[in-house]
Amino acid sequence: MSEKILYALGGVAAILLGRNLLVMLTGLPDEAFQGAIFRIIFFHVPAAFTCFLCFFASLVLGITYLKTKNLRYDSMAVSVTEVGLAFGAANLISGMIWARIIWGIWWTWDWRLTSMLICWLLYAGYLVLRSAIEEPTERARLSSVMLIFSFSVVPFVFFSIKWFRTQHPQPVLYGEGKMDSAYRAMLYGNWLPLLMLAFVLISVRYLQERRQRELDAMRRAVHSL
Amino acid sequence: MTRFLRQTWIVMAKDLRSELRTKEALNASLSFALVILLLFSFAFNPTSDLTREISGGLLWLVFAFAGALILNRSFARELPNDCLDALIASPVSGAALFTGKALASYVLLAAIEAVCLPVFGVFYNVRWTQQPLWLALVLLLASWGIAVVGTVFSALTVNMRLRELMLPMLVYPMLIPCLMAAMQLTTPILAGEPVQGDLMAWVRLLIGFDIIFTALAVVLIDTVLVG
Amino acid sequence: MTALTVNGVWKYYGDYPALRDISFEVQPGECVALLGRNGAGKTTLLKILAGLSRAAKGEVRVFGKDVMDRGSRSSFGILGHGIAIYDELSAFENLKLFAGLYGLSDSTARANAWLERVQLIRVKDSLVREFSRGMRQRLAVARAFIHSPRLLLFDEPFTSLDDKAVALLQSLLSESIRGGATVLMSTHQIREAMELATHTVLIQKGRLIHSGPRAPEMLSDPTWIYRTYGEE
Repeated sequence: MSEKILYALGGVAAILLGRNLLVMLTGLPDEAFQGAIFRIIFFHVPAAFTCFLCFFASLVLGITYLKTKNLRYDSMAVSVTEVGLAFGAANLISGMIWARIIWGIWWTWDWRLTSMLICWLLYAGYLVLRSAIEEPTERARLSSVMLIFSFSVVPFVFFSIKWFRTQHPQPVLYGEGKMDSAYRAMLYGNWLPLLMLAFVLISVRYLQERRQRELDAMRRAVHSL
Repeated sequence: MTRFLRQTWIVMAKDLRSELRTKEALNASLSFALVILLLFSFAFNPTSDLTREISGGLLWLVFAFAGALILNRSFARELPNDCLDALIASPVSGAALFTGKALASYVLLAAIEAVCLPVFGVFYNVRWTQQPLWLALVLLLASWGIAVVGTVFSALTVNMRLRELMLPMLVYPMLIPCLMAAMQLTTPILAGEPVQGDLMAWVRLLIGFDIIFTALAVVLIDTVLVG
Repeated sequence: MTALTVNGVWKYYGDYPALRDISFEVQPGECVALLGRNGAGKTTLLKILAGLSRAAKGEVRVFGKDVMDRGSRSSFGILGHGIAIYDELSAFENLKLFAGLYGLSDSTARANAWLERVQLIRVKDSLVREFSRGMRQRLAVARAFIHSPRLLLFDEPFTSLDDKAVALLQSLLSESIRGGATVLMSTHQIREAMELATHTVLIQKGRLIHSGPRAPEMLSDPTWIYRTYGEE
């Protein structure tokens, strides 16, 4: 895909985000119990969705790499994981800001927070593993195996939450903590530009990875002379 | 199948024999475990009430730390003289090689645990023999989880610089569900409370963890070993 | 049946092709010297032939069986840069271990016979850690031969050996070849290797540029093959 289309897509995402922000601040009333700060949810929740979508995509890409041995999929896997980690960090940090104001503390060892942190660390480990392997083919193979293991742990981490008491607000899209429809529309409405942003970031990282691979091949060719 | 079992047995016996000759991992791991047990006594006031509440957590932290040292050696043992090449080029399947190595680490881990438990009991005044069968079950299930995940990552990190740091860094987050379940079960077991109701969910989690990761490891080990 | 079939093998390191479309065949009883300069891909190729590494494209067959298939593994033996014996096991334990891994029923007898053969029987219960370099090398040779492989894959077998081990390996190799075994060894054209070789395979920058019977000129003139077939 040409880079111009990417930048255009990024531009559209920025415009949409700006428009959403305007609606959030002027169009939507404050929530009854939480006040103004509740608006952070429009970023907090879509960031988590995007993050796990990325982690799932990286699993698929890791398996595809092992099946095809085509390094393109490994480059995609690392790009997707990095962007997933960025959105995971956004989720954690926005959650902490919200917690500081509503609960009065930055962090609590609630199991939803803890699970997210564990997942984040798991995938950060993937990047550390990659940085320790020099040869691209070996790096792709071993880190793809790591992706399969990491993703397999995620359900274990999350199901264990259910067996603990949690201080976290109930999930907002279903169950007890059901949300007003205008709020819900905004939640999904804000997810769209965030997904577009994620896509642009992933593509830019992918192009970088591809160039890195070309450089590496050239370097090896030069060394062999 | 008998072929698989025989090869597994040979690999396990080989690993255990060379470990017992040098005692490198055993000595390091055991002294490390004892040091940590000692250090914990400074982290909190080891009165009976507090110890009761956190005994499971303490014990499994010690086992996890000690385990990392043992698992590090698992494939690192094959590095001098390129022994791994000769093993892979032989008719031993990756699954048999993996299972043999995981079992060897498992036995070593169990030995460390068997030594640490009485020491822990003495230092922190914990009567750990109240429910020996439940305790044994939890130890066996959770240690197998540690051995399986640890052996795969031992193979995965064997050629890396900073291998000793890399293994625990990658393995601990991976082991959190397993360690968490073990901690949740060990605390009431040591306190003499019956294992029932909600606690059974943790036993199931341990069993599920062991099954899924053993299967994954056996399927993926060839990919890890042969590039 | 051919002893070794290498068909269109490619290997990449990242996007860089380390081996490009390597194809050749080795017939039973041949002794092939794999030649090439440092970095030409000799070790990479040997690793693929021994099933230690997977080719990106192409296939390797040992006596008709895919090398990745476990059934092919007992028909070949390897000896690489590392000697692949355990320092903390005794000489006897090392040989018995590998005899067991190859599923040999008479593993104890075989181990003893080979210890006799490489003149280590008197120290069979000493740990390899205490052995001299030459003794370890002889044990490694015994390890590679213990399951009577029909195909021997050796990476630079003569380079780091001492005199006694060279003589031993040479006699074992010629004996195996007379017995119908096939040998493929990478070498820096060391005289001992070239005398044994019946055929040569030359690779340069990951490409196969010559394969065929060994010419008499190769014995006396190490650069002859590069001048005749090489690019420079």
